[in-house]
Amino acid sequence: MRILISDDALAIACGADRVANAFAKAAPDAEIVRVSSWGMHWLEPLVEIELDGTRTGYGPVSPADVPAILDGRGDAIRIGDVAAHPFIAAQTRLTFARAGRTRPLSLDDYEATGGWAGLRAARAMTPQQIVETVTASGLRGRGGAGFPAGIKWKTVLDAPGARKYIVCNADEGDSGTFADRMLIEGDPYLLIEGMAIAGLATGADTGFVYVRSEYPHAIAKLEAAVAASRAIVAPFRIEVRTGAGAYVCGEETSLLNSLEGKRGEVRAKPPLPAHQGLFGRPTVINNVLTLAAVPFVLAEGPQAYADYGMGRSRGTMPIQLAGNIRHGGLFETAFGITLGELVDAIGGGTESGRPVRAVQVGGPLGAYFPPALFDTPFDYEAFAARDGLIGHGGVTVFDDRVDMAAQARFAMAFCAVESCGKCTPCRIGSTRGIETIDRIVANENRLANIALVEELCETMKFGSLCALGGFTPYPVLSALHHFPEDFGLKDAAE
Amino acid sequence: MNLPNDAAGQEDVRAIISRHAHREGALLPILHAIQADRGWIDETAIRTVAHALNLSRAEVHGVVSFYHDFRTRPEPRPVIKLCRAEACQARGSEPLAEWAQSRAGDRVAIEPVYCLGLCSVGPNAMLGDDVHARLDQASLGALIEAL
Ligand SMILES: Cc1cc2nc3c(=O)[nH]c(=O)nc-3n(C[C@H](O)[C@H](O)[C@H](O)COP(=O)(O)O)c2cc1C
Ligand code: SF4
Ligand code: FES
Repeated sequence: MRILISDDALAIACGADRVANAFAKAAPDAEIVRVSSWGMHWLEPLVEIELDGTRTGYGPVSPADVPAILDGRGDAIRIGDVAAHPFIAAQTRLTFARAGRTRPLSLDDYEATGGWAGLRAARAMTPQQIVETVTASGLRGRGGAGFPAGIKWKTVLDAPGARKYIVCNADEGDSGTFADRMLIEGDPYLLIEGMAIAGLATGADTGFVYVRSEYPHAIAKLEAAVAASRAIVAPFRIEVRTGAGAYVCGEETSLLNSLEGKRGEVRAKPPLPAHQGLFGRPTVINNVLTLAAVPFVLAEGPQAYADYGMGRSRGTMPIQLAGNIRHGGLFETAFGITLGELVDAIGGGTESGRPVRAVQVGGPLGAYFPPALFDTPFDYEAFAARDGLIGHGGVTVFDDRVDMAAQARFAMAFCAVESCGKCTPCRIGSTRGIETIDRIVANENRLANIALVEELCETMKFGSLCALGGFTPYPVLSALHHFPEDFGLKDAAE
Repeated sequence: MNLPNDAAGQEDVRAIISRHAHREGALLPILHAIQADRGWIDETAIRTVAHALNLSRAEVHGVVSFYHDFRTRPEPRPVIKLCRAEACQARGSEPLAEWAQSRAGDRVAIEPVYCLGLCSVGPNAMLGDDVHARLDQASLGALIEAL
């Protein structure tokens, strides 16, 4: 008998290690295999029992359930064939194809499931051909801005310089997101393969992965994976670096300063990092999910990737369903699915069972959408057209107990705390924003102060160097415009 | 490597520096290692690091103060970092944080953290490198008691 249990940090936080210990005690002859997480978080700790080649899933499992599961009972928490679960069967998993299925650090498992095929294909190509392949796939940056990956790579390829770098942005600071963490913890060689391909494409021989310090499990896994795969990706070499708790260091130029050992202040552009990035040298900086999508593109060809999606959003997006949602977790799907399908049909509505009132898409700089906008398709342009953004793909659900004025205030407060300090509208404007929202709530000159918040937001939008100051108006204004009653207004027309 | 005269008692810091000094952009790895070792980064350590990396004290100070992770004062109490970001707010972190603060009193430090990447199973907390999910008063109370 084999017993499969995830060793993902989320599973562990939900008690997976205690469950694994309980199985080890109760079934000493069974082989306990720690695998990646399927991403059905409401079912973690999820356990699969493999007997005679058939796997049966159970979840969420507590140590007390172990005897019943081993006795073939446990009907109440039996899932059956996990791969056939509607939440999994409805997905298109290209980047997360191995999720739940392999041991994260096993090179054998990685090879056996098509690992390194993209790198082998890339090694048979010229750098120009690799760049053209990535460009043709339509892959856009998954970190938030959605910039075409192929164009960025081409700029670095064409930039003169003996030394170039590949930097992977694993700062994943957005609340409501965890796909980078899951990818690094569950399939670290995929990221390593993607970085090695980026190195071949641009002539870079060194890569850095900047992982936030809040992810100690991911850092440990990645360091082990980098060490184990060193010979496979050589002469390309990778170093793992740890962030230090600054949200703004997810911004690419701030991240580069941080890697250089400086304060994480945002740099003015130009120069672009592609021309003068890390230590002034040409640098590709991409999100984890961008780089992890590349091996598929190289192995299967650009068209196989571009066949998914809508408009200018090609391929798949690992969407993260978070907050007060019944079926939270990782849902990778082609662009184009609507927000309502994600929240209601797939997510099952709120976990509390109360009505959904607001959904924040795209992290702390993303807009709050009311259910009236649930027909918005998941697509960069469609969200932009409704004054929102998809960012890194986080979807955070709130029920009807949410106070939207408090959420708007939080957005301003977060900006004030995390501002790098370089621009006055971001540094000072956010603090004034907090005070002004407090006055609105206290009904001091309410209408005048609402006008002042709108004005402050305009100043922040146009007077900020980066999206921290520039996009904080999204959550603030969306809260104000879609939920005016929480600010003491009767309706949006007031 | 030249060392300043006033760096007595800094052998551990010097050992850390020599372990990392060859790396590109060594300052953050060095500061992380010092904090992991000592729990905080004191003035003398800053001076030793500045001298070794050929930086001014103000420069190293500027870096230490920029990042939320680095402590310039010791924290003798055990620390629970409770997530206060939006997805945990949506799952009740704010009333829980208030409760935890009163329960912890002066014995345990309850610090905010903004997202642990466990946003579908909050409220969440981190103790050292250990992560805890689906917290409520009972389970968080047990964590506080056990410290
Ligand atoms: C305040 C701020 C925070 C950001 N945080 C992240 C982050 O945590 N991870 C990330 O990949 N990109 C983040 N970005 C976007 C990066 O600046 C950059 O666009 C991205 O790393 C480029 O990679 P991509 O093209 O693969 O998306 C952030 C941007 C801003 C303004
Ligand atoms: S907008 Fe804010 S975080 Fe961005 S560069 Fe300006 S001050 Fe720094
Ligand atoms: S918001 Fe709390 S873990 Fe992400």
